[in-house]
Amino acid sequence: MKQRKSIYILTATILIMTLGLAFKVNAQDELQMDTGVNPGEWILIPAGEFYKGQHNHEAEVDYDYEIMATHVTNAQYAGYLNKALDSGFVKMIGDTIKGYYPGDEFDGYKHEFKIEEGYWTHMVLDEKGIHIKFDGTKFWAQKGFEDHPVIMVSWFGAKSYADFYGWRLPTELEWEKAARGSDTRAYPWGNNFDESYANYYKSFDPFEEAYGIMRGTTPVGFYNGKTYSGFKTSDNRSPYGLYDMAGNVWQWVGDDKPFVHYRYMRGGSLATYSQHLRIWGENSAGPDYYGLDVGFRCARDVQDENKKK
Amino acid sequence: MKSYQKIFDYLFCSTKGLVLTAIAMISLITAVWGTLSGPMVEWGVRDITVRLLGMDLEPAQREGRIIMLYHTIAMAVVAIEVYFITSIVPMKKHQQRSINATITVGYLTAMIFGLWFAYFGHNYVFHGLFLVGQSLVFFAGVKLAIALYPWKKEYYVKDKEYSHTKKGIDLERVAFFATAVAMLGSAIFGAVTGSYWGSGHETFLGEDIIRTPHKTPLQLAIIGHLHIMLTLIAVAITLVIGRWLDFKGILHKIAMPLIIFGTIVITLGVWSVVPYEATAHTFIYVGSVFIMTGALMLVIYGWRKIIYDRLAEQGIEKGGFIKSIKALLHDPIKFGPLWQMVFMNFTVSGVGIFLAVKLDEIFRVWPFLEERITLTGHWHILSGIIATIILMYYADISGLKGKVRKWFGWTLIIGSDIAFASVTIFSMKRLFVSQYNQQPIVDWTMILTDLGLAAVLIILALFLGWRLFDLFKSDGLWKKELSDPELDVNKTSPVLFSPNFDEETK
Repeated sequence: MKQRKSIYILTATILIMTLGLAFKVNAQDELQMDTGVNPGEWILIPAGEFYKGQHNHEAEVDYDYEIMATHVTNAQYAGYLNKALDSGFVKMIGDTIKGYYPGDEFDGYKHEFKIEEGYWTHMVLDEKGIHIKFDGTKFWAQKGFEDHPVIMVSWFGAKSYADFYGWRLPTELEWEKAARGSDTRAYPWGNNFDESYANYYKSFDPFEEAYGIMRGTTPVGFYNGKTYSGFKTSDNRSPYGLYDMAGNVWQWVGDDKPFVHYRYMRGGSLATYSQHLRIWGENSAGPDYYGLDVGFRCARDVQDENKKK
Repeated sequence: MKSYQKIFDYLFCSTKGLVLTAIAMISLITAVWGTLSGPMVEWGVRDITVRLLGMDLEPAQREGRIIMLYHTIAMAVVAIEVYFITSIVPMKKHQQRSINATITVGYLTAMIFGLWFAYFGHNYVFHGLFLVGQSLVFFAGVKLAIALYPWKKEYYVKDKEYSHTKKGIDLERVAFFATAVAMLGSAIFGAVTGSYWGSGHETFLGEDIIRTPHKTPLQLAIIGHLHIMLTLIAVAITLVIGRWLDFKGILHKIAMPLIIFGTIVITLGVWSVVPYEATAHTFIYVGSVFIMTGALMLVIYGWRKIIYDRLAEQGIEKGGFIKSIKALLHDPIKFGPLWQMVFMNFTVSGVGIFLAVKLDEIFRVWPFLEERITLTGHWHILSGIIATIILMYYADISGLKGKVRKWFGWTLIIGSDIAFASVTIFSMKRLFVSQYNQQPIVDWTMILTDLGLAAVLIILALFLGWRLFDLFKSDGLWKKELSDPELDVNKTSPVLFSPNFDEETK
């Protein structure tokens, strides 16, 4: 009798788990949420002083500049690849997209990366987790991930995107000023933190629940105060109005650090704890590194219409 | 009223009571502050602790808080080691009393006011008291070094089984002395930098600046300080465990010079990080090899002794392989400390050497945060291993017997080793799994880490609960320990406060 009872319980448990899994798979197909945020928007950041880093050092960016309101999305990056490949700006070798880079000056320093002139990897299309697809002639963004930040892109790939359109990757100073504004806040939205503000390690957002921590990017601008199927977000915009300057995926910045040539990433990601989401939090890797939690946004000089404003 | 006074005497004046008090204080801090990180955050426990205790966790001050927390725990661990040393190394009674009193007031002051300052609003009076506490701990260290001075004739070795010079200078005492002096110098190394806080020195965690190509002298000093202090704490506990097991004979004679030389070389190597960063590591590696070889001698001696003692107890003259292994594993409390030293080679030294050898090829190719995890994992494990060794020795001091002794010992060994091995696998995961496929490894290693640590903490809580309950008994264990407060070890030279002192020194 006892044995039979155990079998029933075991069967029921397996059934429930299977149903849960099936629900999860279905959820993956259907998980599309409209944030209402325009990924093509640029934000004007006025010249001025600000407080840099954890210890609030006085710093200044003495020119106006513009920066993207959100990360570059998969759809945007796929669109760029179509144009860049057609024009010969990048080339494909097997499944790898490569582009030319003139190299970094080598100082012979201990632990220094040697970045020589040549063709460097931008993206490897057969890597797992990538949302950019290619049919031999055309690139497109995987369905459901069009407005998610592009990932698995190296620093070379990010820089190439910016260069193609005549833009640039933001410098660390530009990035930090855009994230912090003029006060000493720890996060782009202020000093308080809870999981409604950003996509970070165990933020329990619907995408994390559906795809798992490492694959659960959220659409750009997801944390804007809206409630999505019961999941309430808070508005995480920086004082200038940039979304996701903390969390979702790391953002490559443009600076080449002399003596090491690591490239730095800012903003924390879906895989980091909240302390790495603080404005001064940083990560670094070689410029050819790409990961599931690394993307970028671009900066540019002020365009004419903004100058007029 | 008298009984309260006796309990006070036990907890704050006797070696065994002082060790218990310090372990209880560290456990209390671990229990409360442990809720501020890890899975406790995800489960919402941190918010409850913060609200209940009225903590003020300013995001920008996180690193400062952590540094103060580390220091308060480290002070208490150093105090425990000092209590051990003053009890097992021959010295005058008044010296022992004075050293123990100073370090007790010191670490408690540093602990209470340090945490008060760091976590409950920045009252700078408390910061001042934190510094007073640390200064007292340092002062106790100076007194300890004086008491350990090995070139006094009354401390010369009489029993030639113990390592000594031709003149009779006790080399184990020299090893303790060298460790104490090295620790004092290394404390200054950190304290001088700390004194620049706010005027040139900014709070940082060592692991956060590993990729900074040009570190300032103050940053280098801090990195050196934290490494050498942990190393010296490990050396000290190795020497203490050696005395507990009555380390002697030829292996003792080989080990002591190695440990002395290694301690001096590694300390000077670390101190030289500031002016000669490029060559300092060579000295550090050389020193490490000497110390670790010395520790290996202790492990060989200790395990042989454990096997022989157990076989003798069973009346077996010569045991085969199986019987010897059974004898070795019979008492986890005696086997454990030496096993943890061996285990350390897989999870700390091995990882450290691999990291150093493959730094440019592997670890610097990884993102910074991945490299950072290997570093923090590696030294958290070393701290944890030291803690388990202390706990096993203290379980023996408390006289745990029979099944309780076995349960306590094996839970401590298995629980902690599962946790430490899991952390090691977690930190090195990028070697064998891609980011895309890492989640099952992350989840399993995290679960095993949490389960291992939970097992250790539960058994420790039960143990401390028993010791707390015992304090309310009029004829409890504490009373016996009060009447026999010193640690039961064979000393390398005569005991000055022994009733038979005159006879022993003849």
